[in-house]
Amino acid sequence: MTATDAIVIGGGIHGCCTAINLALRGMRPIVLEKNTVGRHASGVNAGGVRQLMRHTAEVPLSIAAMDKWERLDDLLGPELAKNCEFIGGVGQIGIAESEAEMEWCRARVAEMRSLGYEFEEVIDAAELRRLVPAAADICRGGIISRRDGHANPFRTTQSFRSRAEQLGVRVMERTRVTGLEKGDGGWTVATDNGAFKADVVVNCGGAWAWQVAAMVGEHFPKTHFASTLMVTSRMPHFIDPVVIGIDRVLSFKQTEAGTVVIGGGILGDPDLDAETADTVADRMVVSAQTVYEFFPILRRATIVRSWAGLEALMPDVIPVIGPSRVAPNLWHAFGFSGHGFQLGPIVGSVIADLVADGKCAIPIAAFSPTRFTLDGKLPSPAH
Amino acid sequence: MTDATRPNCELAIVGGGPAGMAAAALAAELGVETVLFDEQPTPGGQVYRNIEANSRTRDALRDILGADYAKGLALAEHFRSSGAVYEPLSAVWQVSAGGKLGVSQNGKAYLTKARRVILATGAMERPFPIPGWTLPGVMGAGAAQTLMKASGVVPDRPTIVAGSGPLAYLVAFQLMKAGTPLNGIIDTSEKSVFGAGLAAIPLLSGFAGDLFKGLSWIAALRKMRVPILKGRKLAAEGVSRVEAVSFESGGRRQRLPASILLLHEGVIPNNQITASLRCKHVWDMAQMAWRPHTDEWGATSLDLVAVAGDGAGIGGSRAAVHRGRLAALDAACRLGRISRGERDERARPERRALQREAPFRTFLDRIYRPAEAVRRPLEDTVVCRCEEVTAGELRALVGEGFTDINQLKSFSRCGMGQCQGRMCGSTVAGILAESLATDMESVGYYRLRLPVKPLPVALLAELGNADSGSRPSLQVVEGDPSQRI
Amino acid sequence: MFRRLWTDDLPTTIFFDGRAVRCRPGDSVAAALLAAGVERFRTTPVSGAARIPYCMIGNCFDCLVEIDGQADRQACLVPVAEGMQVRSQSGTGRFDTI
Repeated sequence: MTATDAIVIGGGIHGCCTAINLALRGMRPIVLEKNTVGRHASGVNAGGVRQLMRHTAEVPLSIAAMDKWERLDDLLGPELAKNCEFIGGVGQIGIAESEAEMEWCRARVAEMRSLGYEFEEVIDAAELRRLVPAAADICRGGIISRRDGHANPFRTTQSFRSRAEQLGVRVMERTRVTGLEKGDGGWTVATDNGAFKADVVVNCGGAWAWQVAAMVGEHFPKTHFASTLMVTSRMPHFIDPVVIGIDRVLSFKQTEAGTVVIGGGILGDPDLDAETADTVADRMVVSAQTVYEFFPILRRATIVRSWAGLEALMPDVIPVIGPSRVAPNLWHAFGFSGHGFQLGPIVGSVIADLVADGKCAIPIAAFSPTRFTLDGKLPSPAH
Repeated sequence: MTDATRPNCELAIVGGGPAGMAAAALAAELGVETVLFDEQPTPGGQVYRNIEANSRTRDALRDILGADYAKGLALAEHFRSSGAVYEPLSAVWQVSAGGKLGVSQNGKAYLTKARRVILATGAMERPFPIPGWTLPGVMGAGAAQTLMKASGVVPDRPTIVAGSGPLAYLVAFQLMKAGTPLNGIIDTSEKSVFGAGLAAIPLLSGFAGDLFKGLSWIAALRKMRVPILKGRKLAAEGVSRVEAVSFESGGRRQRLPASILLLHEGVIPNNQITASLRCKHVWDMAQMAWRPHTDEWGATSLDLVAVAGDGAGIGGSRAAVHRGRLAALDAACRLGRISRGERDERARPERRALQREAPFRTFLDRIYRPAEAVRRPLEDTVVCRCEEVTAGELRALVGEGFTDINQLKSFSRCGMGQCQGRMCGSTVAGILAESLATDMESVGYYRLRLPVKPLPVALLAELGNADSGSRPSLQVVEGDPSQRI
Repeated sequence: MFRRLWTDDLPTTIFFDGRAVRCRPGDSVAAALLAAGVERFRTTPVSGAARIPYCMIGNCFDCLVEIDGQADRQACLVPVAEGMQVRSQSGTGRFDTI
């Protein structure tokens, strides 16, 4: 039995970042990862670092995360920060191709202003063309967050892991949690690679987090999904911002290597038990058509690979961040519903604040586990 | 070519080599509606490449290629007359577990759903990573043979064949007959046909002919004074193209000039599709290659998919015919054309023929172990040709704590290029297994997903027969783009 | 580097970077270019190194060229056709076609 003060379940970006922040507060966390670090959503997502068009409840967290992204050196040190391949300030743009979409953009920006957020702006066709010369004539303008950008998700997650290890964190891969029990002396975490004892457990289990919670009789929605990405061969550099659709299925960016990553929520076929997912050609057609229409120069680009990452999905598409409803010293951070990567540098810090001080400066009430019923349902909002 | 965008077919066969042709011919004769998708323009696969045209004309080429090649014509003719539909120049870029094939042909892509699939994708030359193997002028020995068969094109500058395996000597022999100036053969095999291989001789009654053929190629090459040298630690040297090959022989470093260097270390199953299907695979210790796990009919771990021929483990072209027929019999049975009894009855002669082939294969596997460079490439060797990642870089990553082949891929980009890992997958797995002192099965292989051949965006955008009822994406909260995933 | 065993009938003409290349129906683009002495099909996007075909059977992707405006075609798998415009690819390619 290995004893320590904190166990983090899940070696994704949130698990690794939580471990970093707990270590910075003088704890000696151990990260237990059933596969390898960054195997699922953290390592294989599209790498978007996006504040644009977020759920309003997530905005304070997202802004705090962006501050961290812009100062990755402070968190990771210069070498690991460089490895993340973070490119900020290129902007993310939601492209509108109809007046209805333009109208939605204007309303969205007005709503954000009313909440005190200035970072989203409506742009017209001329500004869009200036930022994205390759955009087709059908693109009428859109909505932009100029601070946004992208990073290499796998490398970023590895950098977080390496930073954690520099701070003395043990990251144990191929170590699957099989049981979680609260005793007098704290938590006992059973795994297929030995048992662990700890005062605090943090559940960053991604698509499998509900299974961890269920070990202590706490229930969450079991929903998960596999988001598909396809990638082209390396191409000449032609676009800086990340582009997403408003009503259309599209997310689109060119990586440092020159490949173009195309996604936007195309569903793959998840296989939760085999812990993988297959991609489905039929569903990729719409994305290819959208790319084709928005960026005619990509007609003759070739798609060389596709993949789909497994991720937890909450019915209200916002994460679960907060204390367990049934047991003290168990904390949850999962359910990012396909857009958790940008929050990667901040959530771990929030959790460390909660663990150490029982509170944090950023409003997170909307993410409370208490919004679910004890049997894991989300009550319909009162009308 | 008939209806090029058929939405359905009963039996889809991928690959037009001996296994695919034999499977298609028999299945069609048993009444199964059979479509054979072939990447090549004419049937024959690589072993009988261009067999129809070369049989009608080109007597001189037939003489160079020999009697074994000529035997392919009967197979091709049988296939052509069987009633099976032939779809040439068709790239199969996906096969799904549900039997859906993605096919590109003639500038169009479409899906077709098959009730059963036989993959007869054959073999490819085992990647032989040595320093300089990316230089122009370094090619597979099989590539040179393909050029000869398909177009009557041969090297006409000083050429060296290096490696091991029967095909290396056969290609050298054929090129010599075609007039290619051979500067030498560098044999990398660790055992000698005349040494350790002798232990297998008792297994070989009935294969005197094969053995004799191999020895006769060597004798003919010696007679023409082509130097045959033992060598290891090969390197292709040159600046903008290969100029020489250096190697260790007799305890010292030697160097031979060469404008063309033909490498060969045997062949391995072409398992890109079965890997993308997540079929169960096994690491074949004798052949040092991955192969899909198959039953006695070639059926994989998936219900709808079988593999026939070298794609299921190297057995050679003669065995491929019988393996193709076994897969066809099983398909006909599963599709209700013949009873299990009839399937089993008809399978007997095929199995007897396969049993006769087995000992020679064992012998070949035993004497032609791949060279050390295949298992342990030198540090500065480019392992991933597409993304130009070296063995040393990969070993350094393992030293930093990476333990999974897909981590190496995600971090270094090895296997992410256009070839989708075909040219580096087995080498990278080998480097990882050796560095971790573990076995290949623990290391596994790249996770592959569609497309297994690159697919232009325009073709995907206009994909034929796509299921439009298939929900393309997740719209969690209708009408509110900010509630997005 | 390579020669044809027969040069009697080469009725087809394709163009490689504008240069006429005589070849025979049934040739792959790769075979036609090698027989015509082409020593650079493409350069790699990483180091810019020149490549010619390695495997000739569709596995290595070193023979990638642009054919009739479509980049990344495997020259070893595409049969020649009269008047076909083939261009070498350099690095990540170029934008007037892709």
